[in-house]
Amino acid sequence: MSTTTPDLDALVASKYRHGFVTDIESDTVPPGLDEDVIRLISRKKNEPQFMLDWRLKAFRHWLTMRQPDWAHVRIAPIDYQAISYYSAPKKKDGPKSLEEVDPKLLATYEKLGVPLHERARLAGVAVDAVFDSVSVATTFKEKLAQAGVIFCPFSDAVRNHPELVERYLGTVVPPADNFYAALNSAVFTDGSFVYVPKGVRCPMELSTYFRINAANTGQFERTLIVADEGSHVSYLEGCTAPMRDENQLHAAVVELVAETDAQIKYSTVQNWYPGDENGVGGIYNFVTKRGECRGPRSRISWTQVETGSAITWKYPSCVLTGDDSVGEFYSVALANHCQQADTGTKMIHIGRNTRSTIVSKGISAGRGQNTYRGLVKVLPSAEGARNYTQCDSLLMGDRCGAHTFPYMEIRNPTAIVEHEATTSKIADDQLFYCRSRGVSEEDAVNMIVNGFCKVVFKELPMEFAVEAQNLLSVSLEGAVG
Amino acid sequence: MLSIRDLHARIGARKILKGLDLEVRAGEVHAIMGPNGSGKSTLASVLAGRDGYEVTAGRVEYDGRDLLALAPEERARAGVFLAFQYPVEIPGVNNAYLLKAALNAIRRERGLPEVDAFEFLALVRGKMQLMQMDESFLNRGVNEGFSGGEKKRNEILQMAVLEPRLALLDETDSGLDIDALRVVANGVNSLRSPDRAVVLVTHYQRLLDYVEPDVVHVLYDGRILKSGDKSLALELERRGYDWVRQEAQVA
Repeated sequence: MSTTTPDLDALVASKYRHGFVTDIESDTVPPGLDEDVIRLISRKKNEPQFMLDWRLKAFRHWLTMRQPDWAHVRIAPIDYQAISYYSAPKKKDGPKSLEEVDPKLLATYEKLGVPLHERARLAGVAVDAVFDSVSVATTFKEKLAQAGVIFCPFSDAVRNHPELVERYLGTVVPPADNFYAALNSAVFTDGSFVYVPKGVRCPMELSTYFRINAANTGQFERTLIVADEGSHVSYLEGCTAPMRDENQLHAAVVELVAETDAQIKYSTVQNWYPGDENGVGGIYNFVTKRGECRGPRSRISWTQVETGSAITWKYPSCVLTGDDSVGEFYSVALANHCQQADTGTKMIHIGRNTRSTIVSKGISAGRGQNTYRGLVKVLPSAEGARNYTQCDSLLMGDRCGAHTFPYMEIRNPTAIVEHEATTSKIADDQLFYCRSRGVSEEDAVNMIVNGFCKVVFKELPMEFAVEAQNLLSVSLEGAVG
Repeated sequence: MLSIRDLHARIGARKILKGLDLEVRAGEVHAIMGPNGSGKSTLASVLAGRDGYEVTAGRVEYDGRDLLALAPEERARAGVFLAFQYPVEIPGVNNAYLLKAALNAIRRERGLPEVDAFEFLALVRGKMQLMQMDESFLNRGVNEGFSGGEKKRNEILQMAVLEPRLALLDETDSGLDIDALRVVANGVNSLRSPDRAVVLVTHYQRLLDYVEPDVVHVLYDGRILKSGDKSLALELERRGYDWVRQEAQVA
């Protein structure tokens, strides 16, 4: 084993490519959180009264809650009073078109590879770009409007479609659901709202890029996607953040509602700043994502590729209420350097003949710690429920860790639940095999890792599958070699 | 082409090769035979650059270059190919994808333009016919779920596509039925040319019925004890290895 160990040490050489700060004057509220700050946020966003009341109720509940400590992660203490809860690029009115958008912002998106201009049109991607807390540009609105699809910044939805927001908001993730969800409910600043009317197949992939820019700001976006009866929608979020020494908090909430025969496919490519090789800086990604298959035969599919963040705490879940509904979770999570990921899913079977599939691929490298945590719960009402879970872990080097915590609560004897798990080391003989064919060590690592993740990548929309592969390669750059 | 002088190698504290000499010229086919544990596979592994083997003395020259100073991928790009005794499975990695990446890495090294997907497919289809392999092999994971015989054929397919100058076959014949053996032999024979060399590491003489060697060596306890023409292989088949050892002790 003459060269193996130093090769793996070199894993740490990989650099974060999205580390730049955009120099734009921000309208930032001083750090701290109390009811006045929440009233200020609500006022700045011209929200109706019901929204403010909702926020305040969530805040009052949050004050009674404690930060959860059950995850397999080590978190430096977070001072919630040291965070600024609102940051918006200074501007009087929202831009009416791309031409009105600050060119510096556009340049930022350019660097991130957000397809905003004609590229977007060609690629058929509609982008609702969130810069810090305020959406700055929304494309394809008209084409979507023709189909009756509402796709807009969350704050617009609160003003323009209050009845939809009031009807669905918090029905999947109640404000008091957990510590971070309660905090988000109190202070969320923006996010995306999607409503697909009955029988409509959304004519394009919807996509949002989030980006944390201003220092010391938490990002608390709120996303709500409603697919009405018989409708279909596919949504992708991509996330990056610039390099910062301090840890930034990101506590988002995503709610999905699938009515009868509706289908929602939600894909995430998350590349928040992971901190440096020594674990300094990086995003705390504490996110609550949940979808409810409310109607019979509805389907919700989560696909996530998580390569960034210092700490990931995230369990995109499906509540399978409707009979014959289907929940799916496909995940690739990478923990390199000092990253910690505690991620997985919950599949709650309530309706009859509900089915769920979980495929989780964890990759640990450097000193990364990767935990799969999943719950499969079958309630007495879920006659004939089925679940298949597959959890695979890939270890690179000997200083990282992989952990699997599968929980099962089965309360209906007709349920069939299967669980398979494997842990493997990226095998020296696999690497040698590729190298002995002329393939460089780094390419060989990428090949093997991508092969390991293939079943998940094929669930991503095609153009993003390529991006996810590239991202994984970048994140593992110098992994060996 | 390949010149090995006084090669000593060990795994951990265990000495395996103990002063091995071997000369292989372009155009030749050499067979290296010997009992279990004599160092045959170690020799193949050391030549290909596998980790875990420590060369403690000796030199290996390939085309005038110090082969042992090259990384495994550099050796491959310089035209050395090892057909593995136990080809590994790489789940999810497309067989064709690996082979195309390998071919293009080697072509870049040779200053040739890379082949695109269409050229690659045309090339590989021809070779697959030779190997009597179904095209579905291309779209399966590398060796994933292949039978023993399929894995060996796949090795020879790779060799046929990559067209190495020096091919090392590590017990490629073991575990093959007679039909597969013929196919593998065809693959090897199709590669024979005045500017290429083949080293076959094998237990049995039966592969040599189909691939006629120019030189046969007996490897025993880490050294070449005896070399001869193809009749030596037949004699080994008949008499075993002990007489070679006794003869060497007398000498």
